Amino acid sequence: MFKLIKDTLLSQTVTLWGVFRKLFVKADTVQYPDEQPYMFPRWRGRIILSRDPDGEERCVACNLCAVACPVDCIALQKAETEDGRWYPEFFRINFSRCIMCGFCEEACPTNAIQLTPDFEMAEYVRQDMVWEKEDLLIDGVGKYHDYNFYRVAGKRVAGKDKGEALNEAEPVDVRSLLP
Amino acid sequence: MFTFAVGSALSIASILLAVIVLAALLIWVERRMLSFWQERLGPNRVGWFGIMQVVADMIKIFTKEDWVPPFADRLTFVLAPAIIMIVVLMSFAVIPFTPEVGVIDSNVGVLFVLAMASLGAYSVMLGGLSSNNKYALLGSLRAAAQMVSYEVFMGISLLGVVVLAGSFNLREIVETQADGWYIVPQFIGFLIFLIAGVAESHRLPFDIPEAEQEICAGYHTEYSGMKFGMFFVGEYLGLVLVSSLITALFFGGWLGPAFLPPIVWFSLKAGFFILFFILMRAALPRPRYDQLMSYGWLFLLPLSLLNLLVTGAVVLATM
Repeated sequence: MFKLIKDTLLSQTVTLWGVFRKLFVKADTVQYPDEQPYMFPRWRGRIILSRDPDGEERCVACNLCAVACPVDCIALQKAETEDGRWYPEFFRINFSRCIMCGFCEEACPTNAIQLTPDFEMAEYVRQDMVWEKEDLLIDGVGKYHDYNFYRVAGKRVAGKDKGEALNEAEPVDVRSLLP
Repeated sequence: MFTFAVGSALSIASILLAVIVLAALLIWVERRMLSFWQERLGPNRVGWFGIMQVVADMIKIFTKEDWVPPFADRLTFVLAPAIIMIVVLMSFAVIPFTPEVGVIDSNVGVLFVLAMASLGAYSVMLGGLSSNNKYALLGSLRAAAQMVSYEVFMGISLLGVVVLAGSFNLREIVETQADGWYIVPQFIGFLIFLIAGVAESHRLPFDIPEAEQEICAGYHTEYSGMKFGMFFVGEYLGLVLVSSLITALFFGGWLGPAFLPPIVWFSLKAGFFILFFILMRAALPRPRYDQLMSYGWLFLLPLSLLNLLVTGAVVLATM
């Protein structure tokens, strides 16, 4: 009998009081279109393609993002410049399929593809959800300010031979016996 | 004819208008209060603080297709939502709002309210039964069982007040509380009536007949448009009714210090209980069905009988 009263009336009263106190707590939600919520920098939203500090495209068309993508929403075609750099001839993201998982960002070896806190991507026409390279490419460096793939990678391109990259040792001459 | 007096046309018209407008307004009040208690903002766009949300909702519900499912029993299906509105509005006839405002001065007011509440069960049962849908049937099944078990001690819990006041007349019950509200001697009766009142108006935590999460809307699964709206408004009217009854029976009705007019005192007290019912909806989970039944029959019914017994003994001893 006592337990029944304790389990019903007392516990319910405590709950009622706890909920009543919420009346004086500031609302957790914001009035969205008028009031923008704070978006965390690591929020996984609209996908962009960034450029390196020199203003060149970072993407080297390695296709790793397309492979990592679980919904197959990335399509790209590799092309090559005369100085030996790879770049995507087209780069297409179908945002009507994209699930903003961020796997492409994790797979990217050159920090080219990045997810941003922007989420307002609604369109009236389904075809408008497909973004081409011109739409995806931004002028800035995104989250990584100093990173330039061709300056740190050992890949040989015109104007930069093996061993000339940042922090890179001279290649070992395997035919020489000198230490 | 156009003065406030019990039974005058002005009195009846203003009660009818006020009660229905209040019931509609409660849709907004409830949504807003629930959202505050859940740390949200709630509907605040239409009109001042979102108060015109009621109008928007009404426009929506009035212009909706008035659809009767082909498999439903047409006559009963249409009749059921009307019953609950009529029955609850009838109950307001005996509620003593102020010394002047009221519809009838009935000497069996308490019995009348209980009778109307019992008739309200038909609405819910017939609504579910005529829908010819298994969820609706489950809902009306639950409603029937809940009504049967709750109306018994709902009546008995009020008898303590009746014994103390020596009258079934709600106005006399209010007037006898001039030297002390019945909440003090009848606290257990008040608690029992509160619980029974919640069950009677199908409010959370006792909205088992319409439990949205379990049986998708219970007895009004098949209803839409204004027929659903009548069930909905009927529920809010029931909420207002139970709050008014508690005010009249246990909290001295219109009585209060003279710096406010009686109607304000009555509204304040009833409003407090309306808000309390909304708080209960925000806070308490729904009990399991068998828990509700056993709680009613094995705990509250004996308790209310005991309460009546003790009250009767005390009244006899002090007479």
